[in-house]
Amino acid sequence: MNAQLARWQPILRTAARHRLFWPAALLAVLLSGNILFTPHFAEIEVRDGHLYGTIVDIFRFGAPLIMVAIGMTLVIATRGIDLSVGAVVAICGALACLWVSKQPDQNSVGGVLVAVALALALALALGLWNGILVAGIGIQPIIATLILMVGGRGLAQLITDGQIITINSEPYELIGSGYLFTLPFNVLVAAAFAVATVALLRGTALGMLIESVGGNAEASRLAGIMSRRLTLMVYMFCALCAGVAGLMASSNVHAADGNNAGLFIELDAILAVVIGGTSLAGGRFSIGGTILGALLIQTLTTTIYTVGVPPETALLWKALVVTIVCLIQSPAFRARIAGVRRRPPPSAAPVEEQPKVGVPA
Amino acid sequence: MAPERPILTMTGISKEFPGVKALIDVDFRLFPGEVHGLMGENGAGKSTLIKVLTGVYGIDQGDITLDDRPVRFHSPLQAQQAGVSTVYQEVNLCPNLSVAENIFIGRQPVRFGRIDWPEMRRRAQTLLRRLDLDIDVTAQLDTYSLAVQQLVAIARAIDIEAKVLILDEPTSSLDAGEVAQLFRIMRQLKQDGIAILFVTHFLDQVFEISDRITVLRNGRRVGEYATAELAQVDLVSKMLGKELETLERLEEQPKRELAAIESTEPVLHARELGRRGAVAPFTLAIHRGEVVGLAGLLGSGRTELARLLFGADRADHGHLEVDGNPVTIRGPRNAMARDIAFCSENRRTEGLVEELTVRENIILALQAVRGWARPLPRRRQEELVEKYINALRITPPNPDLPVRSLSGGNQQKVMLARWLIMEPRLLILDEPTRGIDVGAKAEIQRLVVSLSDGGMAVLFISAELEEVLRLSHKIGVLRDRQLVRELANTDEVDADRIMQTIASGATA
Repeated sequence: MNAQLARWQPILRTAARHRLFWPAALLAVLLSGNILFTPHFAEIEVRDGHLYGTIVDIFRFGAPLIMVAIGMTLVIATRGIDLSVGAVVAICGALACLWVSKQPDQNSVGGVLVAVALALALALALGLWNGILVAGIGIQPIIATLILMVGGRGLAQLITDGQIITINSEPYELIGSGYLFTLPFNVLVAAAFAVATVALLRGTALGMLIESVGGNAEASRLAGIMSRRLTLMVYMFCALCAGVAGLMASSNVHAADGNNAGLFIELDAILAVVIGGTSLAGGRFSIGGTILGALLIQTLTTTIYTVGVPPETALLWKALVVTIVCLIQSPAFRARIAGVRRRPPPSAAPVEEQPKVGVPA
Repeated sequence: MAPERPILTMTGISKEFPGVKALIDVDFRLFPGEVHGLMGENGAGKSTLIKVLTGVYGIDQGDITLDDRPVRFHSPLQAQQAGVSTVYQEVNLCPNLSVAENIFIGRQPVRFGRIDWPEMRRRAQTLLRRLDLDIDVTAQLDTYSLAVQQLVAIARAIDIEAKVLILDEPTSSLDAGEVAQLFRIMRQLKQDGIAILFVTHFLDQVFEISDRITVLRNGRRVGEYATAELAQVDLVSKMLGKELETLERLEEQPKRELAAIESTEPVLHARELGRRGAVAPFTLAIHRGEVVGLAGLLGSGRTELARLLFGADRADHGHLEVDGNPVTIRGPRNAMARDIAFCSENRRTEGLVEELTVRENIILALQAVRGWARPLPRRRQEELVEKYINALRITPPNPDLPVRSLSGGNQQKVMLARWLIMEPRLLILDEPTRGIDVGAKAEIQRLVVSLSDGGMAVLFISAELEEVLRLSHKIGVLRDRQLVRELANTDEVDADRIMQTIASGATA
């Protein structure tokens, strides 16, 4: 038994050093807890050619967050932040629903496609606005995007005329709650987006240049990188991601709600990015980590509801767990815990045991 | 002379980083009331030794005793509290706080549970006067020059009842007068019985101020010597582990005739180029294969001039000609399109992207010019990077290490590599040898000579006159943000003559 443990130890140690080890481990813990204590949690079945199950739901409900978080990852990699994504979610959902609701035949595919195109074009325009404020005028990102975060809600209300626009359009509902090849359509969209983004970033030099700008903007400028244009593109991409998330969210509830669509999603997205190992100080980023982070948050939300916490207090419990997640991820915190445990009995000499953890090279 | 018992001993210190043995079984002693020079090439382990001593890094093996008691610090704060204070090469203060706040940060005088501001200002002033520095302690730190900031850092260090004061390259950004001032202060501290560990790359300085010298090479201790009994040549060969011929070989090479070089069309011709508040309008021509040196004191406008040529700052006066054609340079991109390259003096803030790898840093400029949509194929990247790692002898020769893990000299070489792969026609080098060791310095100087022999034009900026004299065909002298003289580097021109020009603003 001990011999076997010894054999595994080096492998575990290598794995533990990987930067996605802790989020992955926590996700695993959360999932296995659910599987043990929640009946039918792990069950997945095909009903009417559709995939059903709690785990499928985690992906389905998590898809908009994954979309927003992918865009947020790049913005944060440039040492920025985008607080307006929630508002963009609401605006795009509102515009698309408004267009569909005005169609004589809400089930016409053409009308829905135009609605989608309009919404995404508006998203790009909103991203351009953010980008100009940040990269063109040079306003600090947190302030620049705060403008649209607040003003955007008003814009969404303006589009919906202060009402909740409900629609009844089968093609539009496909986006958020439909199925394709037995799989949830929005999960497919999010997955395709993620793959395409990674291919774009790592297949070209875009990823490295973004990391360079986020790592040291002045050095990047002196190396000839057009950091403004790059930053502008990143904010537009982020808004586009939020726009797609807006389509998913509004389609899922068959309605556009300017007040509540995408509310606080920016915070979940930022959290997902951070849990996924991308530093808020910019530079190196990981899309894979972000997706893991988003899934972790969505699993947490689902768990809280299945455990039976009243919805009113759910946010509190979520905050607690997230705090623990962040602490466990911090090498300094782990080192301290390990240090407390390993502290030897006091000896005469004032030589202290050196904790072997967390010494930066 | 030094008393019998050392205040600090380190025995058998070893420290390993992933893939690098930074220190191997190193011994070190420090006596009260002495200045002890720690010498070695870049990557010899000087910084690591200091960081191990002050608790920035843990130790793999070995013992440290302070005042005859075994100690091991887990943080710089702990070391400080035990009386070991450090002033690092790059000033580690808060530029946006006042001078007084910087000195007392973390241990502000408190009265009735609140910070006692008048007391803090008074004490800061007294402390700085002891260092012959009479400045407004309520002013924000970054309104003062680097030299003053350095002295503030020292004031902060000695106020903490230091027994051991570590000065890591304190003079690399100071001019001659400021160095003299620092040395006066060091002698005074020495008399107070403080043990000073002094790290520098300037040989003259270590011979002027230190009592004993410990030499490190490749993470091992070569030996400990009394300064009075050690010749400069011996010190250099101990640091390098070989005879120093490179520099001498460089001296023997006859310089090509300036007239012959200048007979062609200049690669770059600045006509009345200037920028208000940075550098007064100047005219300067740089030719193919020519090395133009810029001499002048710190803050005389050397860097500002170079930045205008590269478009790092925009000129508001005059214009530039490339190959005789007037051009407008609006930014680094424009300059790069004209085959101009600029190696900034601030490696950390304006040069490297520290978290990227050596490979990524080297190809960064080339990739930027190609644009994001045309990535440099991985194979080509590796070829290029390997070529320059070998050519410039970058160690460790691993392209996938983050560039921040390299020593200063090797980081400088990474910067050079970034610009050399661009195959520029004009290479602007701003203080390329600052803060790096003799060996790397000689290599970079040799490189400049061979590049210019190959036809590259080089603008070489350095605070070290010897270096400028050794390399340049022509020397531009700056004073108070003005290009005051242009001297052909003939046999009659020497350091004295340039000093006089700097001092008087005219030819002597």
